[in-house]
Amino acid sequence: MHMADALISPAVGGAMWAATGGLAAYSIKKVQSDMDEKKVPLMGVMGAFVFAAQMVNFTIPGTGSSGHIGGGLLLAILLGPYAGFLTMSAILTIQALFFADGGLLALGCNIFNLGFFTCFVAYPFLYKGIIRQGYTQKRILLASMIAVVLGLQMGAFGVVLETLFSGITQLPFSTFVLLMQPIHLAIGIVEGLVVTAIVSFVWKERPEIIERAALGKTIGDISIKKVLTGFVIMAMITGGVLSWFASANPDGLEWSMFKTAGVEELEASDGIHQTLADIQSGTAFLPDYGFKAPESETASEEAAGGGEEAWPTVSVGTSVSGFVGGFLTLALAALTGLIITRVKSKKGRVAA
Amino acid sequence: MSGMINSLYNLRLLDDLAKKGTSIHRVHPLIKLLTTVVYLTVVVSFGRYQISGLMPFLFYPVLIFALGEVPVLPILKRIIIVEPLIIGIGILNPIFDHQTFMFGGFTVSMGWVTFLSIMIKCALTVTVALLLVATTGMDGLAAAMRMLKIPKAFVLQLVLTYRYIAVLLEEAARTLRAYSLRAPGQRGIHRSAWGTLAGQLLLRTFDRAERVYQGMCLKGFTGEYYTGKSNRIRIIDLFFLAGWISFFVIARIYNIPMLLGSLLTGVLN
Repeated sequence: MHMADALISPAVGGAMWAATGGLAAYSIKKVQSDMDEKKVPLMGVMGAFVFAAQMVNFTIPGTGSSGHIGGGLLLAILLGPYAGFLTMSAILTIQALFFADGGLLALGCNIFNLGFFTCFVAYPFLYKGIIRQGYTQKRILLASMIAVVLGLQMGAFGVVLETLFSGITQLPFSTFVLLMQPIHLAIGIVEGLVVTAIVSFVWKERPEIIERAALGKTIGDISIKKVLTGFVIMAMITGGVLSWFASANPDGLEWSMFKTAGVEELEASDGIHQTLADIQSGTAFLPDYGFKAPESETASEEAAGGGEEAWPTVSVGTSVSGFVGGFLTLALAALTGLIITRVKSKKGRVAA
Repeated sequence: MSGMINSLYNLRLLDDLAKKGTSIHRVHPLIKLLTTVVYLTVVVSFGRYQISGLMPFLFYPVLIFALGEVPVLPILKRIIIVEPLIIGIGILNPIFDHQTFMFGGFTVSMGWVTFLSIMIKCALTVTVALLLVATTGMDGLAAAMRMLKIPKAFVLQLVLTYRYIAVLLEEAARTLRAYSLRAPGQRGIHRSAWGTLAGQLLLRTFDRAERVYQGMCLKGFTGEYYTGKSNRIRIIDLFFLAGWISFFVIARIYNIPMLLGSLLTGVLN
């Protein structure tokens, strides 16, 4: 579910960074104003806990399937939504930096998909809504299950939208949705069960931990509406500005074209038929299709390999020189590295 | 459990690498962070049919590898772990892209070009992000974030999370080892133990957090995190930033390999 840098465009990455940054800033303000200072070390250590717990494999007896926790909802339950969101952000930042799990530019997207939907949508509206009448075993199961499953579904849908708006892959909207949502339904059910088990245990052993987070003013006077409006405005401004800059080159155009195409796909009634037709015509490209002229002007421009305005026509010549030049650059880069390493190790030996 | 041991190894490796004292390590953390962000943005901004234009961007990671004395293999291993996810999404491009082009007498789907472009971008972005950490370290990055006015509470929490990951990974690994010794031949945790196992770990985490906080207070912690390193940006740092950014911009605007190639093939013709 962690998105990589290679699959997003700067406009989408920037917009999601802005939205996430705004949310984080608001959360920090809230955490500082209405929580005791003990929370900061607690958040840090809890973040490390979730990090470790994500690697514990919980198996469902008799099915052979297993899963692990994502952590967003669990953190919101234990720390409240603001501290939970910040903790989730820290975990994802460390995963991006040290484990290359999701990229740095995509970090905004990832925090949003895994933190926002769980802490600011699933927790206050689903989990708290169900649990409001008090904790019972049954309500914990119901609330955790619904909140985790729907939170994860929203996150997965976020991945789909962000990927499509970026326009890097050519997956049709319907195919991508059909790939993402069912898988995350299965993952969500296992995670829902695990979260239920953990929350029930903690509630039995140390009820004060859970009740403090739930009853505290962590969310009492929060206006989610304000948060939401703020983030929407921020995302729109950043996205608008960035895509305006980007539209100086073909990528921006492509991006907006793709956006409209994505919306059209949404309205198509028979998604599966459309998909099958796409696959069918896609697999038939080989012999005949090759001799057809490229479909559009933009495509032929970019087909040159370089894609810049300076290389407007498709010709064997330009693609060959692109190829030769590319390899030359590659070789040159490798050579530079080798030379520096050689010189350095020689120097080291002399010094020793 | 092997995942945990791998993670621990990885964290310690990057930590150790960050302690070296090469010219790259001495570059100010903020400068390295900014250069990395610009690099990532520029690389990601390339269109999906572009490959040759991306090649000059190899120079940055190659130079950091060489000058920063970062071993190539562990980083490459990381990339190989990440690539399958990218392949999973990118491999469908050749199916859905209906445009084709001729290369050496073969008709090739443009989808393969976009696929290759995604793979290259992935390798470049992942490498550069890991190189940033391997030459800067968590404390350096935290200092850079503070200079960017990212609130103290968040940076502190990030540093603490990082600090305690190793501790909690070890604790979780011990718990799992004890569990697996009592449940031989079983994969994962049985449902009957889900709540107690993870819950116990959680409760111990809460208590630990309390102790950590008290310990920090006793040592005079007031919310600021001191690393004892100098925070000044030197002239040479600014040159580093300006030099690389101008290279990235030039390589983004002009397709250098294409120019080189046409020069060369032109000469040959």
